[in-house]
Amino acid sequence: MRRATDVAADVRSGQSSAIAETTQALEAIGARNEELNVFIHLDEDDALAQARAIDEHVARREDPGVLAGVPLALKDNLCRRGELTTAGSRILSGWRPPYSATVVERVLAAGAICMGKTNMDEFAMGSSTETSYYGPTRNPLDPSRVPGGSSGGSSAAVAAQMTPLALGSDTGGSIRQPAALCGLIGVKPTYGLVSRYGLIAFSSSLDQIGPFATNVADAALLLEVIAGYDPRDSTSLAIDAPSYAEHLEEGVAGLRVGLVRELVEGADEEVEAAVARARGVLEGAGASVVEISIPECRLGLSAYYLIAPAEASSNLARFDGVRYGLRVDAEDVSAMNEATRTLGFGAEVKRRIMLGTYALSAGYYDAYYGQALKVRTQMIAAFRSAYEKVDLLLGATAPSVAFRFGEKTSNPLAMYLSDVFTIPTNLSGDAAISVPFGRGEGDLPIGVQLLGPGLSEARLFAAARVLEEAS
Amino acid sequence: MGEALRREDVAKVAQLARLRLSEEELDTFTSQLAQILEHANDIAALQLGDVPATAHPFNLINVVREDVVGECLDRDEVLSMAPDVQDGRFAVPRIIGEAP
Amino acid sequence: MSLREGWEMVIGLEVHTELKTRTKMFCSCENVFGAEPNTKVCPVCLGLPGSLPVLNARAVELAMAIGTALHSRISPSTFHRKNYFYPDMPKDFQISQYDLPINVGGYLDLPDGTQVRIERAHLEEDTGKSTHLGSTGRIHGAERSLVDYNRSGVPLVEIVSGPDMRTSAQARLYASELRGILIATGASDGRMEEGSMRIDANVSVHRPDEPFGTRCEIKNLNSLRSLTRAIDFEAERQLALIEEGGVVRQETRHWDENLGATSTMRSKEEAEDYRYFREPDLVDLAPDAAWQERVRDALGPMPAQRRSALLGHVVEATTAQRDFVDVVVDLGFDDYVMAAVEAGADAGLALARAANELAANAESVANLSRDAFVSALQMEQAGEISPTQAKQVLSELLAHGGDPREIAAAHGFEQLSSDSLGDAVAAVIEASPEEWSRYKDGDDKLAQYFIGQVMKLTKGQANGKAVVAELQDRR
Repeated sequence: MRRATDVAADVRSGQSSAIAETTQALEAIGARNEELNVFIHLDEDDALAQARAIDEHVARREDPGVLAGVPLALKDNLCRRGELTTAGSRILSGWRPPYSATVVERVLAAGAICMGKTNMDEFAMGSSTETSYYGPTRNPLDPSRVPGGSSGGSSAAVAAQMTPLALGSDTGGSIRQPAALCGLIGVKPTYGLVSRYGLIAFSSSLDQIGPFATNVADAALLLEVIAGYDPRDSTSLAIDAPSYAEHLEEGVAGLRVGLVRELVEGADEEVEAAVARARGVLEGAGASVVEISIPECRLGLSAYYLIAPAEASSNLARFDGVRYGLRVDAEDVSAMNEATRTLGFGAEVKRRIMLGTYALSAGYYDAYYGQALKVRTQMIAAFRSAYEKVDLLLGATAPSVAFRFGEKTSNPLAMYLSDVFTIPTNLSGDAAISVPFGRGEGDLPIGVQLLGPGLSEARLFAAARVLEEAS
Repeated sequence: MGEALRREDVAKVAQLARLRLSEEELDTFTSQLAQILEHANDIAALQLGDVPATAHPFNLINVVREDVVGECLDRDEVLSMAPDVQDGRFAVPRIIGEAP
Repeated sequence: MSLREGWEMVIGLEVHTELKTRTKMFCSCENVFGAEPNTKVCPVCLGLPGSLPVLNARAVELAMAIGTALHSRISPSTFHRKNYFYPDMPKDFQISQYDLPINVGGYLDLPDGTQVRIERAHLEEDTGKSTHLGSTGRIHGAERSLVDYNRSGVPLVEIVSGPDMRTSAQARLYASELRGILIATGASDGRMEEGSMRIDANVSVHRPDEPFGTRCEIKNLNSLRSLTRAIDFEAERQLALIEEGGVVRQETRHWDENLGATSTMRSKEEAEDYRYFREPDLVDLAPDAAWQERVRDALGPMPAQRRSALLGHVVEATTAQRDFVDVVVDLGFDDYVMAAVEAGADAGLALARAANELAANAESVANLSRDAFVSALQMEQAGEISPTQAKQVLSELLAHGGDPREIAAAHGFEQLSSDSLGDAVAAVIEASPEEWSRYKDGDDKLAQYFIGQVMKLTKGQANGKAVVAELQDRR
């Protein structure tokens, strides 16, 4: 598949057109969407209208933007004005937001063509895209397996060569893990680098929006477009959109890298071997790699599965049948709320809402939620101290290659363990990137994870480039 | 340390969260949530008395906006989302009990 | 009212005031009363999925102004979510301050000398408004309800007093004094009838030498009259219950203005569990010294100071004049009175005109310039126009502004020349020889009779004092 950077360059120079690129994307989607269930809301007419507008810009010699004519897939939890936005849930079926997310405004302003909404675990709660009300998405590389999750639709869109770029959201690994399982670059940016305005919240203190791409340069370009201060998000960091492209080839010579024991332990052997090979590549490129231990990582999963459901239980209260989305009629308003939520939410969402409600409730707050916040403090301190000794960290993204449908659905805890290597970065608020590196069982891709301190994205891209070149 | 989760705890939590569970679901959820909470007991058991709680990864303060009027949404667009509307307002079935 | 001998009420008030900001607390929708339903709403105050709150700096400043006026400690604070389902609350949680409020501690001195402690004054957001359809128009028995979110997200400050009041009159005094302070800080317009100030009263009864009794909270009292009546009713109810051998149960009660009674609020069986936790979409608030200082510097004098400033100009304060001062300060007309006093006018006269004529048309006081008020008073005091005429001039100034002299001239109120006054007095004396001879013999009470007659003759244009002077000359 062509790179986004090439598509944009060709559209800008007139060698290609946005219409041609969009038409091609629509064909690719048409060819496999029924089989894979990638896009759950697709608006051909709208995509073509956007493309025509870009081509008019080019014709008038106006700047059509750095993503001119590049087809892009949006995870279904990103609001786009007037377009169906359901977060993979029945409770939002038919909802068309009256406003757009900041990231959507930014990619549109940069000339990207938003093709539609991709499938996801309901409210981003899952690691396989099996909890979507709209059915599971299949991994384009092996349709008998999951694409990962929760942004499985977005990773599948890029892996199936439907669009060169996609946006997802990462609360506990929901970009990096599907990127690993689909053989893509996936970035979890520093908390606060990308505005969350218009992202349907799962866990507000952990959620970040980030890019999927087939290569590092494309991922860097897309992040550059969406990053930067937004006054509509109080947690947005007051920094200008950084430039990553110019640092991509800076390499890793002289960098200190820590291979984190806790971020490979328990992974399949082939995954561990891939991480070891990645270590060799980084060393070969001039980095010094040391093995380190961050024992706090072992507590990450527990802390995460208290904090995220607690915030979610409150974030999802608003789906009550009063103002938008599904309503199931009943005698009185409480009964209506209950009937609506009971029908509108799937089992995983109910499970997490109840878990979070319990963790926050009187008598349990201190033991669970309060304690998890303290563990988070320790996690942050542990990573901060690690980054005093090393510039980057290395580990696995997911414990295994893509797994089969139904393999983990009956045991929630087993599913939660898919995120064990990605969760610590969400808790610490730092940045991480998953890079495809080698293949494992069934010739399926393996992802290795590079982690860096807050706002180290440029360094992470440069290191990812080194691995990309070697894989 | 959290105690074992009981069926009635799950029933109460479901009620607080406005979810209705069948008897069967109540059983399933109780055992699944108990399993997750048991895993969480590794942190419930930690002695972390002096450690401050972190609700935010970064310590931003005083993020405010100026008191300047901006645009509101068009009412027709707002109400077009609603399941039930009357007289320019969102209509709901009768409310039992006052707001707390 | 106070309870019968041997019993005492204990009252603490929670006062909610909507802040007079241009926009809502967390979004840029206009904060305005009385707009068409659901026209002042956006993704944030409708709680749409994906929307995020951003704190209004002005709301913070007004909260700090309230705290400063109440001698509170302005403190680093956080926002929490209070989770409960209710249709007028679009996110099904309310953003409020919980364990770390912006204003901690403080006190309010009542005019009767009592000091009421302030526990806290914190920021929170208002909810939307439900209208209940059905036979009664009230929540009970309604078939369905309609929700308008225009008020959703309007900034509120909740001021919590200590349990320091002992009579309903004292509670009323506190509420009224606090209302004056809220208006003086610019935080609120104090319009209870529009719901911009609402009061919850915690009431208990006990014997003064015994511990406090169990309290009940009466919700949403929206006039000072309701406040007094509700407290009195509730205290009597509790006392009657105790005397029957019953026990007061801690509960939330509703005041029914028509029935003149409180009743227990029907709420769900389960105890509420609000599951407070830090609002992750907002960051900490810690106004620095400079910001606090700017707020303090911008703060004008509070009602108590203003009352003593005004009274300082009155030679001997009568009860009537104290009442005038209260009205003038309450309505914020001090600057009119002060301007008049500085220009040499009599403070008593200025207070009377401000507390009567201005107060009667308080809504249109913006039409009246300080200078015009001062001129009108000076004209009256100099006898150029009569008191009746002065009132009419002020009433026209309030209605559509203008120059008092021009108004007086247009009405022919111009100074009754001393010649024509003399003529009028002479005519009256001639018409009333008997009264005149008694007056000449020293019956001063008859001066009133002559003033009245002269007024009649001059159609009110004469000045009473000038008439008396003229009579004296001729005696």
